Amino acid sequence: MNIQNIRKDFPILKQEIYGKPLIYLDNAATTQKPVSVIEAMNDLYFRLNSNIHRGVHYLSEESTSAHENARKYIADFIHAKHTHEIIFTRGTTEAVNLVAFSFGEKNIQQGDEILVTEMEHHSNFVPWKMLAERKSAKLIVLPFEEDGSLSLEKFQSAITEKTKIISITHVSNVLGTINPVKEMIRIAHEADVPVFVDAAQSIQHLSVDVQDLDCDFLAFSGHKIYGPTGIGVLYGKEKLLDEMPPYQGGGEMISSVSLDKITYNELPFKFEAGTPNYVAAIGLQAAIKYLEDIGMQDVIKYEHDLFAYATEQLLQIEGLKMIGTAKKKTSVLSFVMDGIHPYDMGTMLDKTGIAVRSGTHCAEPVMQHYGISGTIRASVALYNTKAEIDKLVENLNKIQMILS
Amino acid sequence: MSIEKKQNAIIEEFSIFDDWMDKYAYLVDLGNELTPLSPEEKTDDNLIDGCQSKLWIIVELKDGKMRFKADSDAIITKGIASLLIRALEGETPKDVLDAELSFIDKIGLHQHLSPTRSNGLLAMIKRIKAYAMAFNAKA
Repeated sequence: MNIQNIRKDFPILKQEIYGKPLIYLDNAATTQKPVSVIEAMNDLYFRLNSNIHRGVHYLSEESTSAHENARKYIADFIHAKHTHEIIFTRGTTEAVNLVAFSFGEKNIQQGDEILVTEMEHHSNFVPWKMLAERKSAKLIVLPFEEDGSLSLEKFQSAITEKTKIISITHVSNVLGTINPVKEMIRIAHEADVPVFVDAAQSIQHLSVDVQDLDCDFLAFSGHKIYGPTGIGVLYGKEKLLDEMPPYQGGGEMISSVSLDKITYNELPFKFEAGTPNYVAAIGLQAAIKYLEDIGMQDVIKYEHDLFAYATEQLLQIEGLKMIGTAKKKTSVLSFVMDGIHPYDMGTMLDKTGIAVRSGTHCAEPVMQHYGISGTIRASVALYNTKAEIDKLVENLNKIQMILS
Repeated sequence: MSIEKKQNAIIEEFSIFDDWMDKYAYLVDLGNELTPLSPEEKTDDNLIDGCQSKLWIIVELKDGKMRFKADSDAIITKGIASLLIRALEGETPKDVLDAELSFIDKIGLHQHLSPTRSNGLLAMIKRIKAYAMAFNAKA
């Protein structure tokens, strides 16, 4: 894997910010896009744009087949058994809302329990909370351990006869923890409880195989895996998706409509009301192809080394405390510094050309757990380098002197 | 000194910085110089809760002039609050109400007033204006 060649694939990385070379370390929020993704989408607009599925003309057939090929490509990427188990959504958030609504409508009754963890992003917390309120069900929140990991024993004992669905993040967007989802799913299935996996922070950093995990649902966002915004994927097991009522109504999701009766379309279209974001779906395919062309295993190895280096270097800074110290982590480095507000550090790092995130990262319960108001979060991706980490450390030291 | 003149003085003060780091180091100094609020003054009523940083503000009217106290858990937010106070302190509600706070933009700190910035500064200005409006109506 030649890092300098990879960096050339990402035009945005070449620029300077406030006269300093951009160091982009906000990858957990969104990743930058390689030329191939931008070109795939441009090409579609230049040559093939046409609404999909309904047209009988050439352009519509071509764009329909490009869209459906993208679905097939994504199904293969995550090793789904069937292509129709891939539902396109706007992103992970919409995928969680879809399942919380549709699965919830059918399966959640008063007094039932929904299990999530304390480290969930608000997107994997609020839709379940809303479902619980709608159905007078209970949202059970499994706390995490001090190092930011989950205890399998506590997880097992949190599952009761009333538990109807479990939703867990694969990788925490604040702590960086890689959760043992495969083992958790096995435990949940012993109690016949389906599991939803939020893969928003794992799909770009780990190999994800839905059949190997045996997850019942899994979701991720295109823009966090070098693809465009506005597209995401919900994977669901055929049987579960088939049994669920539709989420939104409109075009595409019906097979026939009369004034008295509506017949819903088959999977996956049943869950894709309205004109799909076919341009972004094709962009997402290009992004995944980009990763696969480099080789996912090479990406994983490169990021693993970079992450270990970054952790080691950051910990050399006096007064820096890492938030989330689980044994298995990826990409995300959240930390606080003695006497320094994350907002101040984030603001000043920006002036050195370094993009990090500061604040609660849409995971306020995690902040409450540690009794902190926020963290500084640097998150690495495949185009980051050790030299960039060195610059980060150098500037953290420099700004620390000014702020304290 | 009118609000306009005070704003111009601030703009001139900041014009000497050609490096962002120096500019922020100065803001940090200003933040540190601003008298902190006592724990009793940091009430929920005085709090403007941005999602990134917290900002407390106390607004009073004494002898027809507006007086301010502010504090923040983030020092840069506090530094900018201190500049806002400097521009508006001791002015009449009417002048505060009419003031266009263009200096923030001119010294290159407009990003701190973006609605999505979540540091409470925009809300601070809105609250000051609301107080000024109420004081002005009573006068």
